[in-house]
Amino acid sequence: MDTAKNIENAGLYLHIPFCIKKCSYCDFYSITDLSLKEAFLKALISEMHMVSGGSLLFDTLYIGGGTPSVFDEVCIGRIIETAYSLFNILPDSEVTIETNPGTVSRKRLAGYRGAGVNRVNVGVQSLQDVNLDFLGRIHSGKEGELAIRWARQSGFDNIGLDLIYGIPGQTIKSWLLDLKRAVELEPEHISCYMLTYESGTPMDRDRKKGIFWPAPDSHVCDMFETTIDLLNSSGYAQYEISNFARSGSDGLKSFKSRHNQKYWSFVPYIGLGPSAHSFVESERCWNCRSVNKYIKELNAGRLPLTGKELLNKEQRIMEAIYVGLRRTDGIDVDIFNEKFDVSFKKIFAETIARLEEDGLIKLTENRCSLTRKGMLFADSITSMLI
Amino acid sequence: MKNIRNFSIIAHIDHGKSTLSDRLIQATDIVSDRDFHDQILDTMDIERERGITIKSQSVCLPYSARDGQTYTLNLIDTPGHVDFTYEVSRALASCEGALLLIDASQGVEAQTLANLYLAMEHDLVIIPVINKIDLPSADIERVKGQIEKDLGLDPEKAILISAKEGLGIEDILEAIVQKLPPPSGDSGAPLKALIFDSHYDSFRGTIVHFRIFQGKIKPGDLISFMSNKAVYKVEETGIFQINRVPQKGLSAGQVGYLIAGIKTVSDTKCGDTITLKNRPCKTPMLGFKEAKPVVFSSIYPVASDDYEELAVAMEKLKLNDASLIYEKDSSAALGFGFRCGFLGLLHLEVVQERLEREYNLSLILTAPSVRYKLIMQDGSTIIIDNPALYPDPTVIEHSEEPFIRASIIIPDNYMGTVMKLCLERRGINRNYQYLTNDRLEMIFELPLAEVVYDFYDRLKSVTQGYGSFDYDIIDYRDTDLVRVDILINGERVDALSQLVHRDRAVERARLACERLRDEIPRQMFKIAIQGAIGGKIIARKTVSAFRKDVTAKCYGGDITRKRKLLEKQKKGKKRMKMVGKVMIPQSAFLAVLKTDND
Ligand SMILES: Nc1nc2c(ncn2[C@@H]2O[C@H](COP(=O)(O)OP(=O)(O)OP(=O)(O)O)[C@@H](O)[C@H]2O)c(=O)[nH]1
Ligand code: SF4
Ligand SMILES: [Mg+2]
Repeated sequence: MDTAKNIENAGLYLHIPFCIKKCSYCDFYSITDLSLKEAFLKALISEMHMVSGGSLLFDTLYIGGGTPSVFDEVCIGRIIETAYSLFNILPDSEVTIETNPGTVSRKRLAGYRGAGVNRVNVGVQSLQDVNLDFLGRIHSGKEGELAIRWARQSGFDNIGLDLIYGIPGQTIKSWLLDLKRAVELEPEHISCYMLTYESGTPMDRDRKKGIFWPAPDSHVCDMFETTIDLLNSSGYAQYEISNFARSGSDGLKSFKSRHNQKYWSFVPYIGLGPSAHSFVESERCWNCRSVNKYIKELNAGRLPLTGKELLNKEQRIMEAIYVGLRRTDGIDVDIFNEKFDVSFKKIFAETIARLEEDGLIKLTENRCSLTRKGMLFADSITSMLI
Repeated sequence: MKNIRNFSIIAHIDHGKSTLSDRLIQATDIVSDRDFHDQILDTMDIERERGITIKSQSVCLPYSARDGQTYTLNLIDTPGHVDFTYEVSRALASCEGALLLIDASQGVEAQTLANLYLAMEHDLVIIPVINKIDLPSADIERVKGQIEKDLGLDPEKAILISAKEGLGIEDILEAIVQKLPPPSGDSGAPLKALIFDSHYDSFRGTIVHFRIFQGKIKPGDLISFMSNKAVYKVEETGIFQINRVPQKGLSAGQVGYLIAGIKTVSDTKCGDTITLKNRPCKTPMLGFKEAKPVVFSSIYPVASDDYEELAVAMEKLKLNDASLIYEKDSSAALGFGFRCGFLGLLHLEVVQERLEREYNLSLILTAPSVRYKLIMQDGSTIIIDNPALYPDPTVIEHSEEPFIRASIIIPDNYMGTVMKLCLERRGINRNYQYLTNDRLEMIFELPLAEVVYDFYDRLKSVTQGYGSFDYDIIDYRDTDLVRVDILINGERVDALSQLVHRDRAVERARLACERLRDEIPRQMFKIAIQGAIGGKIIARKTVSAFRKDVTAKCYGGDITRKRKLLEKQKKGKKRMKMVGKVMIPQSAFLAVLKTDND
């Protein structure tokens, strides 16, 4: 399922900007006024109509958010159908939906499967209620577990499970417990995100006010390493800083998220819905971050774009390094050299030698990647290389 | 020529020179009300921000006097701060008279005296002016007493004004016309003009500011600079009336500018004499004494590739700041740069700011130092102002440092605090005398190194602004000099070394380490910052390592956001220097220079 050739195809992302309640750490764009759902759906379909018609071939469709699962199987079915009718979506494409355990039922999941969704990603985040409370999630650990089981029972054979660690008060032991329980649920894919305090979120405000103490960095670093060890030994290979996937039973197929890999390998993607970003041939553009404005613009027959940038070579190099180093297989030096007409090893010889000495980076014939220790400093290392 | 008057306005800092210039400019209507703004001659941003004059500025005012005749008044507004005395002395060289301003509430202060002496050296006619008479705290009688006793001038001749309220302005104008002599000099003789300033214009080349002592000049003339025989054809001559105003020609007694397509910046030298190529004058003007720098520091570009740009900028700035002295220097940590001499710490700051603003450079300066004498074991003497050149201490027999004689004028109730301040600075009180019954002049001998550091600011603050200060270097005296080095993760950063008196070493080292600790961002490893004399560590601070620096999520919109951050960091990196593996921001180098009470 995952081969280099597939990665050259484009990805289609649809952003569903609704949530039942905002989680306190979240800075994704979503609103809780569900009364706009119908109008939004109509607008999304108009946007698809307006944007379609290009020559891109898609092999992934990703319905993300927000909480796409606020829409039932009928609506999701309509969205998928429209996408297929307007875009060149290849057979065998990966069709993902993100779900919040607090919004799904066995019936709804089965409905999604029936509507053509073949991969489901469940925002479990933690299997322990104290953590879920702290994060402001709308569901319990039990419900997270159930959502995974239901997805399996509904016929999904590609299930992703999201977890968050580094939560204040969380011990390594308790994190390990979460991880083990997640593994027991046997999802194909696990994402483990360090809790980060995004500015403007209620959690960040509380942290600044001193209402709680963030988990110490040393703790979080230990958790990061524990995560890799435990998941690796349980058959989940790390392929990006926060992402782990199992290989299929035939040993060839892997359950890496085909769609998300596009973000890390400079492949075109089109994003629709409020705040979504598109990237086609060095041009990136993005939609407004307002459901109301989004609807209004599309009703008036205009695209809801608010920003656009044409990346120059220097900027593309910057991004290629940043996203490349986040992947465990790193930057493909040959492709990099060819794409940018430079010599990677020459430009970075000195810095890389220093980083190698400190055990932060690995450079082989044609790959440059971070070591496990290096991953913890991915941002600093990137800025040393730009 | 008999209707020309060339004069400077001189005073202690803040006594109102620029404000008076404003009133004189307004009284003669050369600027429309719409274009007028306060302190109009303070044209540089840095002057406006700090509210002080840094550059002397000349302006040519037409004035219809009560006698029915029209006069040309060439006014030069001068700076008051001690560091810019060189500007004052050059301005005075093109004048016949001076208005000596005294603040009616502050009275005579140190630079009132210093500038009076300068004017007397130039044989100028001096008109004392008492300014700020509108202030409730003005004490005209007291100031008149000081004019008589401290200055030895006739207090009855003093003109009373308020530059702010515009009182007495006409009296000033009339006094200028009646009491100051017109210039003398033969317009028919060969051209002899003194360059007292210049500046660079990217379109027109060097613009030369001069005063003609004899002869004439007009566009088309072939002129020669007497010091280097460089010849140029004059394209434009003119006068300053806030803007440059072209004139058909200028003659003896006049002050103005010329443009001659001078692109070789080094051809123009302040103090040089301009004459005609085909009809030269016999002897050049005396020129100016070289400025005597007292503080030395090295300037480096933050980005080493900017050295060439810095070199060009220095040359151009030197045109407009004749007191700046420099030579090439290099540092292991910072690459190529310049060792510069300054007239004081404010001068240093001004040069730094002008280079950064006017030439768009980012700079790092090293700790300021005075000039020391080292008497070597073999009997030879070397003079150094650069810690980088400090030799192995075992070959030094002893060291000497410059001492000054400081005259500090204060209201007598501050005697105790000033005494304490000077003693802390290793000063020796030599004398004191009452100038009037509540004002005191205290004479101290102080090490110059202690004074350049932050003495003036401290004096101002302990005397609530009433203390003023002037000094002369008197001699060199034995001292116990050491070089304090700063090590970062064990590596000596040459640009951070300082020469200091042994008694100050620990304190300075600690301060430097603290400042660096506060400015160096945490990195992937622990950073040890140490202060050392030779191999002996005398101060130590650490910057702890951060444990992680990684963004959890990286999908669609995150990438743009991250790249923008990376672009910002990349820009910031240009302001960083690598010492071993450690990135040190420019701000860290600058923070080390700051004095304790900033
Ligand atoms: N009350 C009052 N204030 C005045 C008068 N003249 C000047 N000032 C104020 O004194 C301050 C200093 O005035 P400047 O004209 O800048 O003084 P300066 O002598 O040019 O100062 P430097 O150029 O820095 O030496 C300003 O705040 C003026 O507004 C006056 O006649 N009365
Ligand atoms: S459910 Fe997801 S998108 Fe919605 S607020 Fe929570 S974290 Fe954000
Ligand atoms: Mg002034």
